[in-house]
Amino acid sequence: MTTTELVAYDDAVARYDPVMGLEVHVELSTVSKMFCGCATVFGAEPNTQTCPVCLGLPGALPVTNKKAVESAIRIGLALNCEIAEWSRFARKNYFYPDMPKNFQTSQYDEPIAFGGHTDVVVDGSTVRVEIERAHMEEDTGKSLHVGGTTGRIHGASHSLVDYNRAGIPLVEIVTRPIEGAGANAPAVARAYVAHLRELLRGLSVSDVRMDQGSLRCDVNLSLRSSPQAPLGTRSETKNVNSLRSVERAVRHEISRQAALLDAGQRVVQETRHWHEDTGMTTSGRSKEQAEDYRYFPEPDLLPIAPERDWVDELRATLPELAAVRRARVQIELGFTDLEMRDVLGAGALPLIEATVAAGASPASARKWWLSELARRANDAGMTLEDLPITPAQVAGVQALVDAGHVNDKLARQVLDGVLAGEGEPEEVVAARGLGVVSDDTALSAAVDRAIEANPDVAAKIRAGKAAAAGALIGAVMKEMRGQADAGRVRELVIEKLT
Amino acid sequence: MTGPGSPAQAVTSPITRDEVLRLAQLARIDLTDAELDHLAPQLAVIVESVAAVSSVAADDVPPSSHALPLQNVFREDETRPSLAPEEVLRGAPESEQQRFSVPRILGEDA
Ligand SMILES: [Zn+2]
Repeated sequence: MTTTELVAYDDAVARYDPVMGLEVHVELSTVSKMFCGCATVFGAEPNTQTCPVCLGLPGALPVTNKKAVESAIRIGLALNCEIAEWSRFARKNYFYPDMPKNFQTSQYDEPIAFGGHTDVVVDGSTVRVEIERAHMEEDTGKSLHVGGTTGRIHGASHSLVDYNRAGIPLVEIVTRPIEGAGANAPAVARAYVAHLRELLRGLSVSDVRMDQGSLRCDVNLSLRSSPQAPLGTRSETKNVNSLRSVERAVRHEISRQAALLDAGQRVVQETRHWHEDTGMTTSGRSKEQAEDYRYFPEPDLLPIAPERDWVDELRATLPELAAVRRARVQIELGFTDLEMRDVLGAGALPLIEATVAAGASPASARKWWLSELARRANDAGMTLEDLPITPAQVAGVQALVDAGHVNDKLARQVLDGVLAGEGEPEEVVAARGLGVVSDDTALSAAVDRAIEANPDVAAKIRAGKAAAAGALIGAVMKEMRGQADAGRVRELVIEKLT
Repeated sequence: MTGPGSPAQAVTSPITRDEVLRLAQLARIDLTDAELDHLAPQLAVIVESVAAVSSVAADDVPPSSHALPLQNVFREDETRPSLAPEEVLRGAPESEQQRFSVPRILGEDA
């Protein structure tokens, strides 16, 4: 079908309410395939990781990879899903050369995990995305279309198929319809995929490389005239393979479908293909007349009935999920969103947490790591972790400040000493003679000298202008070569002159 | 998308010529009218014969996809040698660049 002009995005979302469904395929990082022992190395020579099972040769008998099932269950648990007590594989029958068996082993009405949710932070607020299901399946082979100019099938004379990828375990994570995002839909879609990627990485179940296809997203999108109106017809945009593309594809489909609806045309339920170069989708196969997968339970594979003990064991292996953990840490440290963003941006969170654990206040820990130490790391072309100073040492420097042994200026010199390998903060203070003069006799004498040398200033202070004290404090600090506690000096000045 | 569709269901009516035509289209098999006339009744007999099984199954026999009451049979995540590519491609009608060469499929894009 021909596409009319796109509707400007702002106009489109002003007139229509978008509803999205996101399907994310994640390739598990098992060393062997889902149902056979073939290796799963990315980029291997074509058809060198295939066997009778993954080629679908007659008589071959598949056996399920235990680690893949464990990964699927852990993903389900991390998404707050229920884990099925009884789960089966099903044959999804279709005729396309990317599966030599003429079916893909998948799951149909008995998925391993279902009914979950996950909370995604979008622009500082939390959006709950409901998870319909997470099911296991196998990846397909890769086709290369020959004879055309673009590697696409149009104009191709024939296709060349490599089955190395066929049979690699996948988990497909399907959301329930995401409603109410409005103009924010593209950002929500992107944030959700980014959140999943982080969550899956935290679980160590996949290398989640969108550029290598180990994390792929299909975007279902429909428009309706208002949130109360029935759902519109959806399109399914396949293989959107970067976070930015997820956002752009949602945006584009909203503008495209709005144009059709504005023109009184209907949206066709079809598969569409995303083109990174043009930022557009084009029509693929139409679903209205096409598929009939005739799912039926896979007779060659046995059902999976995860025992509750096993599920509990797997639950115990879940790491604290990154986003949850981050939210908790932010509250504990009392950082604002902006401060937290800076901390995360600098990769300083673990260092700051460790510094706080060693006794420093969150604010001081953040200050040292993000200002002085960040500058020194930057000058040295190093990362913060690579700096030769430990969080405990940073906390030690702050403890000296808190105790009044050094002021901020001296503390910076203590940092220099620690970084130069001169030992612990106290040792640097001793060796470099950096301790502030807290001996009141010496300070008092210096203050007296400053008052004597600046009678005009002293007169002002006596007359009640406390703000003038700065000049006297400066004079004292200069005499003490900075090695005095400015707060104590101020106290002495005021004491003597009022 | 593995959204709701119709799962394979117990066939209660004989398979029609139209259904055979549709299945042939899905499977990308060109069937002549004569072949359709010939195949539809044959497939109907097969389907009916299989359906006879359900008349034997009483209410106390739960539906099963397997002959044995086994579950949770797994293999460890360990690799085993794959076939040599020459062997893999031996059964291919044609091959090129160590890949299976297949006709392009119209109406599809990937
Ligand atoms: Zn194999």
